[in-house]
Amino acid sequence: MELIFELGQEGRGLDLLPACDVEKVVLQAPKREKKMHLPHVSETELSRHYSRLEKRTHGVNDGFYPLGSCTMKYNPKVNEEMAALPGFTNVHPLAPVESVQGCLEVLYTLQEDLKEIAGMDHFTLQPAAGAHGEFTGLLLIKAYHKANGDEKRTKIIVPDSAHGTNPASAAMAGFDIVNIPSGEDGCVDVEALKKAVGEDTAGLMLTNPNTVGIFDKNILEITEIIHKSGGLCYYDGANLNAIMGQCRPGDMGFDVVHLNLHKTFSTPHGGGGPGSGPVGCKDLLAPFLPGCYAVKTEEGFEYEACEESIGSMRSFAGNFLVIVKALTYITTLGAEGIKEASQNAVLNANYMRVKLADAYDMAYDVTCMHEFVMTLEKKKKEIDITAMDIAKAMLDYGIHPPTMYFPLIVHEALMVEPTETETKEEMDHVIAVLHEIMEKAKKDPEYIKHSPHHTVIGRPDEVKAARTPVVAYTFE
Amino acid sequence: MSTPTELKYSKTHEWVKEEGDVMVIGLTDFAQNELGDLVFVNLPEEGDEVEAGEAFGDVESVKAVSDVISPVSGEVCAINEDLLDNPAAINEDAYGAWLIKVKNVSDSEELMDASEYDKFCESEK
Repeated sequence: MELIFELGQEGRGLDLLPACDVEKVVLQAPKREKKMHLPHVSETELSRHYSRLEKRTHGVNDGFYPLGSCTMKYNPKVNEEMAALPGFTNVHPLAPVESVQGCLEVLYTLQEDLKEIAGMDHFTLQPAAGAHGEFTGLLLIKAYHKANGDEKRTKIIVPDSAHGTNPASAAMAGFDIVNIPSGEDGCVDVEALKKAVGEDTAGLMLTNPNTVGIFDKNILEITEIIHKSGGLCYYDGANLNAIMGQCRPGDMGFDVVHLNLHKTFSTPHGGGGPGSGPVGCKDLLAPFLPGCYAVKTEEGFEYEACEESIGSMRSFAGNFLVIVKALTYITTLGAEGIKEASQNAVLNANYMRVKLADAYDMAYDVTCMHEFVMTLEKKKKEIDITAMDIAKAMLDYGIHPPTMYFPLIVHEALMVEPTETETKEEMDHVIAVLHEIMEKAKKDPEYIKHSPHHTVIGRPDEVKAARTPVVAYTFE
Repeated sequence: MSTPTELKYSKTHEWVKEEGDVMVIGLTDFAQNELGDLVFVNLPEEGDEVEAGEAFGDVESVKAVSDVISPVSGEVCAINEDLLDNPAAINEDAYGAWLIKVKNVSDSEELMDASEYDKFCESEK
């Protein structure tokens, strides 16, 4: 496909801007030495160029997108409609609060809703994404220990099934990481945890259900072990979609949590973002919250900042329009709808798991939550078909592959999260496709090993892409 | 690929070769095969201390980043700088592409010989 710089002709262009109605000024700045490379295309060429690009992408609007742990649910269009209202788009973050009371009410209402959903006492909407939320939460834990004169607490415990961002965020926040192994069932090894805690334990980072889609039945014991050692418990909200409306991280004993609005609360993510990773906490961490959150007073809504705040994590109120979308989602669903959504997310995952179990080995043969993990380890040995081959073969059917090679504790992993917004017909179709791929793999493994056969790009050189990526256009 | 009998092996899939007082350390063929195509290698610097059972570097494949655990304690006296530009050498020849050399060796993990290691890998599968 041609790039925008390879299209058009010199001198061609389009007049989208009105004529200039102010006097021309020549800036006293150094002159550009080389001519700028600007595209010279007509409006028709431009429009077709982006339509071509769009056809080469795959989003939730195009088809099934079971990227495990990413919760690629459908984003209702009403969210976009609300976020496009002029009252939300034509405002300035520095506008006097009395002129933007509606916006503050949005912030306040979402804070209240998230508090209820997560079982927390406070929420900041500032963090711009999940890992940013983790970093924020860890800074809160750090500030708490510091305020207590307890600075020997330098270690964060992370199970080996955790998301890679957990240890990375903890290291960024200046902690040392202690890795603990998972048990046979993929859950935290409680005995290993007991051995790992001590006077230097700052906290634990955990997601529940965990990364293999299993609800950790020992969760109350786990958080108690940490609390007894003097540490705090951090909940990674990546998998909240499985439990929202059913149970709450706050009730499991967690002190601080981040939620991914772009996963659980149906705001766009991936290339379409931006994300939003609000952080909730119990009262003991409230004095350290990042600046600027909405409060309700007798006169109306206001911004408040904490005296011992860790400082701002982002400018102003965070990704405001994402917040509007998430609030629209929660308000549309209501308490009953939220509950139904997580029920269906778990039901869909289990439906697919059971229907696929005859053709694909399950890493854990138990009832799962919102996602399940298949392993191609045996198939790799028997017929040399890997998780990568199955994922590539799915592309020929217009289906986005599941998460691959994660979590690391499962070899040749494919992690499937259908979410609640897929119909039974769609899941039946995908189940049939996966059966067909496995049949083909047994009869003609070479065909599957060379998949995909019908996409524009087949199997790029991943090593080269990682080591010598070409990310800018080179002009002759 | 057959496992060289002149080397010793750790449970975390590193090989050790004795060259007089110096221990040469690398990743086994089993390890490179499990990791997949390697993209980056992070090594310590000459003069750094390594400790038996602790990570001294990491390797990144297209799938994941993994620590490389030192089978011995001692001082790094050489690193294989060629690997920094060409990590794929480990995929091509795991027993030729050494990572570091360690001198003043003071401690060592319990290591296996080739046949014990082969059995160990079989049980890992």
